[in-house]
Amino acid sequence: MPDETLTMSGEAGTARKHQTTGPGRRTGDAADESQFEPAIGLEVHVELSTESKLFCGCSTAFNAPPNSHTCPVCLGLPGVLPVVNRKAVEFGIRTALALNCEVAGFSKFDRKNYFYPDLPKNYQISQYDLPLASGGHIDVPVDGGGARCVRIKRVHLEEDAGKSVHEGGTITGSSFSLEDYNRTGVPLLEIVSEPDIRSPEEAYAYLSMLRSVLRYLDVSDCKMEEGSLRCDANISVRPKGSFVLGTPIELKNLNSFRAVEKALAYEARRQAEALGAGERIVRETRHWDESRQVTVSMRRKEEADDYRYFPEPDLVPLEIDEGWVDEVRATLPELPGARRERFMRQHGLPAYDAAILTESKDVADYFEAAVAAYGGDAKAVSNWVIGELARLMNATGTDIRDARVAPTALAAMLNMIDDGTISGKIAKTVFEEMFATGKTPDQVVAEKGLVQIADESELARIVDEVVAENSRAADEVRAGKDRAIGFLVGQVMRKTRGRANPQAVNRLLQERLSRD
Amino acid sequence: MELYELAAYELREKIERREVGIEETVRAVLGKIAEVDGAVRAYVTVAREQALAKARAADERLARGEPARLLEGVPIAIKDNMCTRGVETTCASKILKGFVPPYDATVVERLEGAGAIIVGKTNMDEFAMGSSTENSGFFPTRNPWDLGHVPGGSSGGSTAAVAADEAVAALGSDTGGSVRQPAALCGVVGLKPTYGLVSRYGLIAFASSLDQIGPITKDVRDCAMVLGVIAGHDPRDSTSVPRKPCDYLKGLVPDVRGVRIGVPKEYFGEGMAPGVMAATGAALKTLQDMGAILADVSLPHSEYALATYYIVAPAEASSNLARYDGVRYGYRAPGCPDSVTMMTKTRSEGFGSEVKRRIMLGTYTLSAGYYEAYYLKALKVRTLITRDFDRAFEKCDCLVSPTSPTVAFRLGERTDDPLAMYLSDIYTVTANLAGIPGISIPCGFGEDGMPVGLQILGKHYDEATLLRVAYAFEQATDFHRMKPALRATSTSGSASASASAPASASTSTSTSPSASASDCCGRAPAGGERHA
Ligand SMILES: [Zn+2]
Repeated sequence: MPDETLTMSGEAGTARKHQTTGPGRRTGDAADESQFEPAIGLEVHVELSTESKLFCGCSTAFNAPPNSHTCPVCLGLPGVLPVVNRKAVEFGIRTALALNCEVAGFSKFDRKNYFYPDLPKNYQISQYDLPLASGGHIDVPVDGGGARCVRIKRVHLEEDAGKSVHEGGTITGSSFSLEDYNRTGVPLLEIVSEPDIRSPEEAYAYLSMLRSVLRYLDVSDCKMEEGSLRCDANISVRPKGSFVLGTPIELKNLNSFRAVEKALAYEARRQAEALGAGERIVRETRHWDESRQVTVSMRRKEEADDYRYFPEPDLVPLEIDEGWVDEVRATLPELPGARRERFMRQHGLPAYDAAILTESKDVADYFEAAVAAYGGDAKAVSNWVIGELARLMNATGTDIRDARVAPTALAAMLNMIDDGTISGKIAKTVFEEMFATGKTPDQVVAEKGLVQIADESELARIVDEVVAENSRAADEVRAGKDRAIGFLVGQVMRKTRGRANPQAVNRLLQERLSRD
Repeated sequence: MELYELAAYELREKIERREVGIEETVRAVLGKIAEVDGAVRAYVTVAREQALAKARAADERLARGEPARLLEGVPIAIKDNMCTRGVETTCASKILKGFVPPYDATVVERLEGAGAIIVGKTNMDEFAMGSSTENSGFFPTRNPWDLGHVPGGSSGGSTAAVAADEAVAALGSDTGGSVRQPAALCGVVGLKPTYGLVSRYGLIAFASSLDQIGPITKDVRDCAMVLGVIAGHDPRDSTSVPRKPCDYLKGLVPDVRGVRIGVPKEYFGEGMAPGVMAATGAALKTLQDMGAILADVSLPHSEYALATYYIVAPAEASSNLARYDGVRYGYRAPGCPDSVTMMTKTRSEGFGSEVKRRIMLGTYTLSAGYYEAYYLKALKVRTLITRDFDRAFEKCDCLVSPTSPTVAFRLGERTDDPLAMYLSDIYTVTANLAGIPGISIPCGFGEDGMPVGLQILGKHYDEATLLRVAYAFEQATDFHRMKPALRATSTSGSASASASAPASASTSTSTSPSASASDCCGRAPAGGERHA
């Protein structure tokens, strides 16, 4: 199965097979590399899908004309003050609970000070030493079965910055810069993992799992291409079996899950080779160069910015009582991990199917609705959902929520296969039509005359025709060459435009030829 | 008696009774501004046309039979660090020159909602950093009692305007004494409310955890009236406290019998001018004679207050003032090759030297490796200072001290010595650090015949007790009725100031030191003219 069928929209998913090529993916080439093992931590920023911004009432909608979603507060005009959006805090709590974190009863906001024209106040309101939540974990399914438990160090709220376009590329060399503050103040949740991830592939799986969880929670749409999910990574390598972590390197400019994986693979190899050659790793930030597929040093740690964090005096500390946390907990949906287990148990699905189906809540919901309407074998439903449906959605760029085939329509079509109204082969044609037009399978079959020929005498007549027209093939069958019967079946199917039941045709052919 | 000489409550009564029109009132104040502001220079912007238009609209309202509101027709001046929709708001800084806010500060909204007419924006130390209004990015303001002296600061424009009858009342902001100290130096009433009582929305931040807006008025009744209008919860300011509003006017009884007044010994130490000492001592005696019980108290951590203040305030300021970079509004350095150069040059050219000094201080104390030693330590001392007050308030209802260790000094006297300037706030910064309310009321005259202010500090949200004690004292004395001469002494006044000495001023001189500073019972001291 190709990559793109594994998720229903956008990027490939959890169970995707790793077939990365290029300079990033040559693990195992060098003998000395296998003596080292990477330790990877990921820092993920997700834009929360609240209606309004974190500290003002402006809309968070994407793709609006520049600076149309702004007000004195998010523009940082003199004298304005922030007021925390309760919904954003609730989304934070929701996420924290889903990641098994402890939600802090008392946390606070801090100012992170740095100058940049897309940051209207020239400080970002974030959380520094007392984050919203900490001490969580998620289980990430890994290749070859099993799961990696990745600990979540902290989850905190902060505001997003705007967008700069520098005429001339960089800010220092630009003749002018344009600023769009629509994104300024959009709530971000920063989710920081411990360095528990052991391979670039696991990093990919972690991100997929995290995205899946966030989408289940309905707190973010997690579109990396729209910047609503961003990821920085830190990676160190150490000799296998060592318990001491090496010097971590920070990686930036990772613009897709694939980029994360490739950059980590490149960096793991680079560090292993350096250590193998007796070099020392220096703490630094490196930039992933997508076009050259290499990481490039940006700055050393000693040159690192001093953000001069201090408590935000314009906001009172965030006090979250247990009642609120319990309320939020009560509204948590079944999460992908649990649902995957249940799909295997309840629907008897293989782990592979269960993983793909549960990555997106919408797909899982679709599947379960179809299973309920169908009443037959759940695996058959799974085959159609992760097969034909996913293929058509990917080919047309359709989201499952917009798919014109209702789960009940899929179920109805499966019933028509089961009762012999249509053949499995014809069903693909029927399904394509259903997908394109939104018609029910009955309508499609009736309009296109695709009902399976149930009348055996009519079928027998066509079999006679085919045998007469293909005497050489018929002779071969008679002579015991079984392979030739496939050809004859195919000829019958062609004459009936697929409306014959292949098993019936096969049987009729056998009977007809054995009579001769 | 001229209209501009009246207190707000007197004026409002006349307006309510339709004895005077609002436009007439506003014109009277605008006329006074035209007459004397060339010498005093209290205003950065006079919003003449807006004020007259609003006055006419208000007259029409009353003509339609609508009731007079709490501050109906009262001409009020606003310190230029509070945003006024459609009226330039600069913080007396070049960097905000040309900035016209698209919104009103909550206090402005509330004042206008109560019928007040905003006549203009007053001068201040740039971004409220200073104690003399000499740090204004535009020009210094002069003390109406002697044009050769400073009005104090940073709300010196507002206090000078009220003292010179260029406004009936005004708003100032107080971060370390910026309402109380200039009120004392200009002989008017100034209140810093409890932190969180008045919304800061629209107040251009200096030090967010210390800033508080307060009324500057001719007497205590007006102070209570204006406070009643501007106080109260504002959902746009998370640090504004949701409490039910208090009727401050109701509590104004001229009776302090049994009120326990603490006298903190740390506030009567060295560095205090003899004239100030004498006036304060006499005031305490007056209160005692009226039946108040005086008690010695100690605020042992007071000696660290100024140092603490000069760590916390610049730290917050360094971050609050980061937004002035020329990108979105205000001044932008011309002819820069790229954005980074533009931001850097804008700040270098736009900020004055005191503002830069404090940004540097704050940036330093927040830096990695210094944060714990300075900022964090300062926060701890702040807690200790608050506890000092809590303990003192266990045995007294309020504390009384001088507002400022000296009377108004001469222009230029402390400009080269920032530390001497910082000492002006030594008795006022503690209230900001602890978040408690404080009021300064006129209590006599000291050196050079200049006014002395009495500071009363109270418990959190206990403005009522402060106002009551202040009111009782005021009722027993006449200092608040003294009017300044609006002229310069021969030694220090500039030519322009002397030349424009107003016609309304009396012929009395203001050169002799106040022999009557200890006279607490209302005899006019030298240098003052009694209009009562
Ligand atoms: Zn906004």
